[in-house]
Amino acid sequence: MKLWKSWVIASKDFSIFRKKKSIIYSVILLPLLISIGLPFVISASGQGGGLPADVLQSLLNAFSFFFVILAASLTTVIASYSLIGEKVEKSIEPLLATPTTDSEILLGKSFAAFLPPIASIYLGLAIFMVLIDKLTYNTLGYFYYPNWNIAIIILLVAPLSAILSVELGVILSSRVNDVRSAQQLGQLVIIPFFGIYILGEIGYLSLGINSMLIIAAILLVVDIVFFYISTITFRREDILTKWK
Amino acid sequence: MIDVENLTKKFGDLTAVDGVTFNVKKGEVFGFLGPNGAGKTTTVRMLSCLISKTSGEARIADYDVSDPADSLKIRKMIGLVPDDVGLYEELSAYKNLDFYGKLYECNKTQRTENIEHFLKILGLWDKRDVPAGSFSKGMKQKLAIARALIHEPEILFLDEPTVNLDPESSKIVRDFILELKKENKTIFLNTHNLDEAQKICDKIGILNTKLMATGTPKELEGSIWGSKTVIQLEQVNDVILDALKKLTLRNLIHDNNKLTIDVVNPEKENPVIVDAIVHAGGHVQYVTELSPTLEDAYLKLVR
Repeated sequence: MKLWKSWVIASKDFSIFRKKKSIIYSVILLPLLISIGLPFVISASGQGGGLPADVLQSLLNAFSFFFVILAASLTTVIASYSLIGEKVEKSIEPLLATPTTDSEILLGKSFAAFLPPIASIYLGLAIFMVLIDKLTYNTLGYFYYPNWNIAIIILLVAPLSAILSVELGVILSSRVNDVRSAQQLGQLVIIPFFGIYILGEIGYLSLGINSMLIIAAILLVVDIVFFYISTITFRREDILTKWK
Repeated sequence: MIDVENLTKKFGDLTAVDGVTFNVKKGEVFGFLGPNGAGKTTTVRMLSCLISKTSGEARIADYDVSDPADSLKIRKMIGLVPDDVGLYEELSAYKNLDFYGKLYECNKTQRTENIEHFLKILGLWDKRDVPAGSFSKGMKQKLAIARALIHEPEILFLDEPTVNLDPESSKIVRDFILELKKENKTIFLNTHNLDEAQKICDKIGILNTKLMATGTPKELEGSIWGSKTVIQLEQVNDVILDALKKLTLRNLIHDNNKLTIDVVNPEKENPVIVDAIVHAGGHVQYVTELSPTLEDAYLKLVR
């Protein structure tokens, strides 16, 4: 496998994304709004001083998990453009006619769908952590971030949820004909994550280190299963003859 | 250069291409004529290693299209212009070509030189930084051809390259194909356009799932019937018809004052026929040859 070819494909997609305002707004603005909006909620509750320390920690863990939802959701948006866009513009056939393997193309498309949202989410998380530390230091007496919980989110849970969205995007591409439908269907991926977030918010589930590790393990297994399905789906002949 | 023997493709119960056999020599322009659904695109896709064959053999320059180890080599030596041009509309003409140049493993110098060369030849150099999405259909088609040539392939597959183009753009594309022919490129052309096939192709295959006939345009025309001689007289009468019957002609059709006669060798037979008419007192207004066209051959074979 020639990784540089995958990077050429991903770079081409990045050039296209830069020209699509809806993608720019989704990828840059949404994490930025969340990274400022969530600390604003803390600020509105009296800079954390209005909440007991244990409640505040639980709330912050739930807020951190919000970025996992964002990772899954934004990646779906990009994956839809990257794969369905190629199909809609009928550019898939000349691409497949090049001396590039299915794996190189699939990896290139995965880079294109994965990297911009993850980079944006990491930036958003950095802003979020700085703002939260500034707002909660007086209440907690220490800087809450960085901690192991957010490290697991940054290094495992968010990337694994984004990978899941990429794989789902590949599978949906073979069944759906337009970007909007793919995005709508793809957003179903956030339902379980949102459920976990709600359970964390209302105190039914602790979103601490152990929960994060369990979620990461489950995601890893699901990612492996979906990877297998997506590689079966992304075959040159099937793309040209079976994809709708 | 392209050797195909008994090539078959089935999609479930549907046979898209049925036992097709033909070959294309280096530097030859081979035209595939056939109605929609005849299997032209499927054949090109099999030869381009985009889809697998069900049975039969197909080799491109001695590489087997069904061998995964050969498929990357084949794709490197061919250029494909599919029926949908499939350009990246947000990217400029230059960036479209540069992207494909990279995937075809051309180095920076080769890419730069070839992009400039082909964009200049096709009259798109001044528009190199304009997004392809703003191009007319003709310009997009030309850009798609440049894309297929960026790595200087030995074989070019063109799937309906002039469909939906205005006459002027069609002519530019056709002239460019003829230029490529001069450069000894092997060209495989799928087309509906009989006139185009006749003007460009050295050899034509008429496909309707099965390959109905192959040959040069002249051979295909001649395969339908021999020549016919049409003679317009001032007046046809029984004396003239009796005189012609004595010549034991193969087929004589009398329509008002026009006679249509099947001839095998017009140069020898026409003077004898005209002489017989004149001796029978006929006044010949004109004599003309009626030859079958490629369209006649095509329609007879695909119906």
